[in-house]
Amino acid sequence: MDKRDPFRHNVLTSGHRACSGCGEAMAARMVTDLIGPDAIYVNATGCLQVFTTHNEQSAWQAPWIHSVFANAAAVASGIEAALRARGKDTPVVVQAGDGGTFDIGLQCLSGMIERGHDVLFVCYDNEAYMNTGVQRSSSTPHAVRTTTSPSGRLSQGKHHLKKDVISIIAAHHPPYAATATVAYFPDLKAKVEKAMSMKGPRFLQVLSPCPLGWEHDSALSVTVSRLAVETGLFPLLELEHGELTGVMRLAVQKPVEDYLRLQGRFKHLFGTKEGAVELRHLQALADARIRRYGLLEAETEWDTERSSQVSRHGRGGYVIAQRGMGRELDNEL
Amino acid sequence: MKKLLEGSQAVAEAVRLCRPQVVAAYPITPQTHIIERLAQHVADGELEAEFINAESEFGAASLVLGAVVGGTRAFTATASQGLLLMTEVLYNIAGMRLPVVMVCANRAIGAPINIFSDHQDSMALRDAGWIQLYVESNQEAVDSVIQAYRIAEACELPVMLCMDGFFLTHTFEPVELPTQTAVDEYLPAFHFDRTLDPGQPMTLGGGSEPDNYQEFRMAQHDAMENAVTVVEAFDTSFGEQFGRVYNGLVQAYRLEGAQTVLLGLGSLMGAVRDVVDKLRDQGQLVGALRLRCFRPFPAQTLVQQLGVTQRIIVLEKAFSAGAGGIVATELRAALQQAGMTTAVESVIGGLGGRDLTPEVIEAIFHGAQLDDNGASCRFVPHEYNPVE
Repeated sequence: MDKRDPFRHNVLTSGHRACSGCGEAMAARMVTDLIGPDAIYVNATGCLQVFTTHNEQSAWQAPWIHSVFANAAAVASGIEAALRARGKDTPVVVQAGDGGTFDIGLQCLSGMIERGHDVLFVCYDNEAYMNTGVQRSSSTPHAVRTTTSPSGRLSQGKHHLKKDVISIIAAHHPPYAATATVAYFPDLKAKVEKAMSMKGPRFLQVLSPCPLGWEHDSALSVTVSRLAVETGLFPLLELEHGELTGVMRLAVQKPVEDYLRLQGRFKHLFGTKEGAVELRHLQALADARIRRYGLLEAETEWDTERSSQVSRHGRGGYVIAQRGMGRELDNEL
Repeated sequence: MKKLLEGSQAVAEAVRLCRPQVVAAYPITPQTHIIERLAQHVADGELEAEFINAESEFGAASLVLGAVVGGTRAFTATASQGLLLMTEVLYNIAGMRLPVVMVCANRAIGAPINIFSDHQDSMALRDAGWIQLYVESNQEAVDSVIQAYRIAEACELPVMLCMDGFFLTHTFEPVELPTQTAVDEYLPAFHFDRTLDPGQPMTLGGGSEPDNYQEFRMAQHDAMENAVTVVEAFDTSFGEQFGRVYNGLVQAYRLEGAQTVLLGLGSLMGAVRDVVDKLRDQGQLVGALRLRCFRPFPAQTLVQQLGVTQRIIVLEKAFSAGAGGIVATELRAALQQAGMTTAVESVIGGLGGRDLTPEVIEAIFHGAQLDDNGASCRFVPHEYNPVE
């Protein structure tokens, strides 16, 4: 018998305890509403688990489980195996932060994809351990100031690069892997719908700004995540069976400073000689990503209306890549 | 009809008879034969189950956790380092009150790395909230797997079946395998009330705060204490149906009038009984007590059984560094609680696969000079190493 409230079919209800402007809450609301309540959700430890469940209260209107930090992909694999054994085809979805994906959860995630479990793994990437108070993760970008990669007389924040997790996932050759962000809902929607139309292990990395950890105005979460795309720092990609099949192109490349200046986590880079070096590094990283994925090499219609300068061509705004990883394809054409 | 089976094979047959629908494991000596055999059964179509090769024991424990909340009976097995790697998830399974059954093929823990048998692995997990049964023979391993599912599903508590690595897992013994019909009669089809289902959405594993966390933990403790009677009851009903019982919690041997009792766990106890027979023939008033169920700790039963004993020698293949024998410590507490002042000698031996032979056990009874590491426990000295 269906015991859900017939008038409230959103999966993640209001009244949870997320901070104002929380990119992860926004992303989770979008993703879970697109998937709907007829699915089983597995959550890694992290902000999403903390702000949606509290004592006897839960913001989830779908079956939901949290076990420990590192094992969400393995728990989901077990649930999926059980459903298969029982002849059920209820979708299974993992939700994890970047800690639960890039760092502590990577081994279970790798196992899940390698074994081909029919699970969608969604990573809400806010680029640090926000729940525990903004510590550096392997997703934290270069030169970001966190509580465990502080800036100081001898340091300009994090010394290392943001882990290229989508390439690690793609190296497993899953049917589908994509990056998205809360700034482009039609793109996110298309990617979730595409992922849900497919079988096997699927992966979605959603850049989710955190006003607390990124130190930006909580009204600017969408703006900030849009700039991450427009500067080339966070390319929006689609990969099928490990091959790049889609990118969201840029009409013009915005300078990384447009993105960095809105966020306190990069504040230490401005006004010093050492900081200027890191700003050049960050610009070079954005340039490299744009070259790698051919983000500026498009002949397409541009939507410059009001907010953005990205391609909205085709379903949700992405077309087959012709450059970068898809260079062989380009030669054939 | 009895079959000559290796302990691991026998356990795998028992698991097959319990019809788990998900089996997940990671290879580790000396557990591997169990899962190899189950993998073969799945490949041959003799067990209708999803067999999952986990990426680690941490993953294996998480997979069976998922399988149970997904609505299926599940099985895993591990040992030693693998069990320790599972630790976080094992506490979580118990805290969520999930009826998982696993076999621990008992093995030492590094460093130094050692693949041979002792009880340090499962003893390290004694506080995890799992029922722990230590079996003595391959037949008991078979019967206890079947009982374990019955107990776990009745109590909504996980059960760890501890069998000595190599001494049991790699030893061939004649074993009576129950029929499928009989097992189906004893063990009802799997049902778990909190199965995740979109038709009846539930939140499992959500956050708790100081205002209710302790109550969850107390409920778990109560369930464990109540499991004492459940372990006994399902051993009794098993006996009625299959003709074999293990007295549930503890197994006594020649305790009548015993002034000295040798107490231990697992496969060691065959040798202990031989020693008891020999000493009884010499007129010594000695008996043996095998602790089958270590968690929940059957304090009351132990106190009853040891009522008139003057001297208790606890033989342990595990210890808590800096504190001494684990079973001995808990037994002393139980006796003290009951107002008894019986002397409890804690003897640690058989670590890392070293044999505790009847000669050693007899020497311990006769008060052999043991390595004295303070008042908490004594170690069987190196000169008793049977290899030399």
